[in-house]
Amino acid sequence: MGGYAFYVWGSFGVTALAFVVEPLLIRKRRRDILRTLRREREAEEAEEMNA
Amino acid sequence: MKRISTIAVLAAVVRRDLTIALRQKSEVLTTLFFFVIVASLFPLGIGPEAALLRRIAPGILWVGALLAAMLSLQRLFAADYADGSLEQMLLSPAPLGVLVAGKILAHWLLAGLPLVLMAPVLGLQFDLDGRGLAILALSLLLGTPILSLVGAIGAALTLGVRGGGVLLSLLILPLYIPVLIFGAGAVEADAAGLSAAGHLSLLAAMLTLAAFFAPWVTTAALRIGLE
Amino acid sequence: MNNRLIHWFKYASPQSFYPLAGKLWPWFAAAGATFAAAGLWISFFVAPTDAQQGEGYRIIFVHVPASWMSMFIYLVMAAWAGIGLALNTRLSGMMASALAPTGALFAALSLWTGALWGKPMWGAWWVWDARLTSELILLFLYLGFLALQAAIDDPRRADKAGALLALVGVVNVPIIYFSVKWWNTLHQGASVSLTKAPAMAHTMLWGMLLMALAFWMYAIAAALARVRCIILEREGHSAWAKHELE
Repeated sequence: MGGYAFYVWGSFGVTALAFVVEPLLIRKRRRDILRTLRREREAEEAEEMNA
Repeated sequence: MKRISTIAVLAAVVRRDLTIALRQKSEVLTTLFFFVIVASLFPLGIGPEAALLRRIAPGILWVGALLAAMLSLQRLFAADYADGSLEQMLLSPAPLGVLVAGKILAHWLLAGLPLVLMAPVLGLQFDLDGRGLAILALSLLLGTPILSLVGAIGAALTLGVRGGGVLLSLLILPLYIPVLIFGAGAVEADAAGLSAAGHLSLLAAMLTLAAFFAPWVTTAALRIGLE
Repeated sequence: MNNRLIHWFKYASPQSFYPLAGKLWPWFAAAGATFAAAGLWISFFVAPTDAQQGEGYRIIFVHVPASWMSMFIYLVMAAWAGIGLALNTRLSGMMASALAPTGALFAALSLWTGALWGKPMWGAWWVWDARLTSELILLFLYLGFLALQAAIDDPRRADKAGALLALVGVVNVPIIYFSVKWWNTLHQGASVSLTKAPAMAHTMLWGMLLMALAFWMYAIAAALARVRCIILEREGHSAWAKHELE
């Protein structure tokens, strides 16, 4: 890269990294909310059975 | 029911806020002392060389005024929100926009105008000449109302919200930047031998815009926060 | 109202938008990848070496698209916010909230790549260039929006307050840009401008456009995926959502 390797790859690299990390974070957010909702539903069902 | 004029409502709100604030003069004076202290911190951090201080004075005094105004914004709606007066204002037959405009005017009289009057005194610490001090005072006279108007929007949006003051700063400071640029710029232009008229005219234009829109947006924000 | 109108308005409810978003986002992601492949190919293999800046200029192929997208997303976000306030629709506010983090990311990338471009070219990691400074302020506007929404617990109030803030922000962006530009020319005279690239070769323009399209497709995909999370977080206890848990 004519001596600019650090800067060019530093730019493209971080950009690519961002496009990997952000989707992963969204996926984590989705899993968290699904897990929370499932736990709440299980707790409700357990309550109904005990009632 | 007797119709009360808009001016009368405005005057009543201003009188009320001033009376309440002046019962606790310490709050008003704190803002002023903050301005004084911040302005003194910079030479202490940078060094007493007169030429340098003269150059950085407009920026520092403007940033100091800006921060002082911002600190006082918390008080604009907080007390009324806490004791329920704000809800009463929402329910009153007087248009909320007028009440809000009155509160903003009172805030400026308490937190903005003192800064305008104090700034020339502080400017002497920075070895500004008479003309520079005058332009500084004029720029603050035009700019501090804008800070109160725009700041009111932020204060209304963060009504009773976690993180209060710091969050308010984060929201408001980017919006303050144009005022800072032209306010300090006016003094710098004059010091460089150019005319400050352009900067001051732009400040006046921004003030007009803010005076028209800010009370209306602030009312919308208050309704969102109170419903 | 004729039948076609009713057909489209059906998607204004989070419940019906949820599966639609689920079907759509992979397509946008694929489109983004395709445009990115084409754009990167041009960036590295087709666009010629610049006479003045050598290979280092290739950073513009991510810097400029990131800047464009950060500004475009803010506009779209403010538009959704405005629609939400005007029509009192829930989904509009959710879309604004879904776009904000991605927009902030692009603003941050723009600043990062700008710094990496500036250092070898002009010797400093940060030059108070009008555009970079405005980009920094745009990042502050994004962060303010995100912080305000995070601080308010009630989702409807958070939506409306954020919407108002976004609208105030969007009105201020031209004012801020103009004042920063004024400030910059005043203080730097013959200023260094990161965007004062000499007459651009056609290929360079194509490269930037393709990368910009890639970023745009990506942003839509990310926003659609994120809005599904937001819908679940808010409406998760409703009957239709219970089916999603399977």
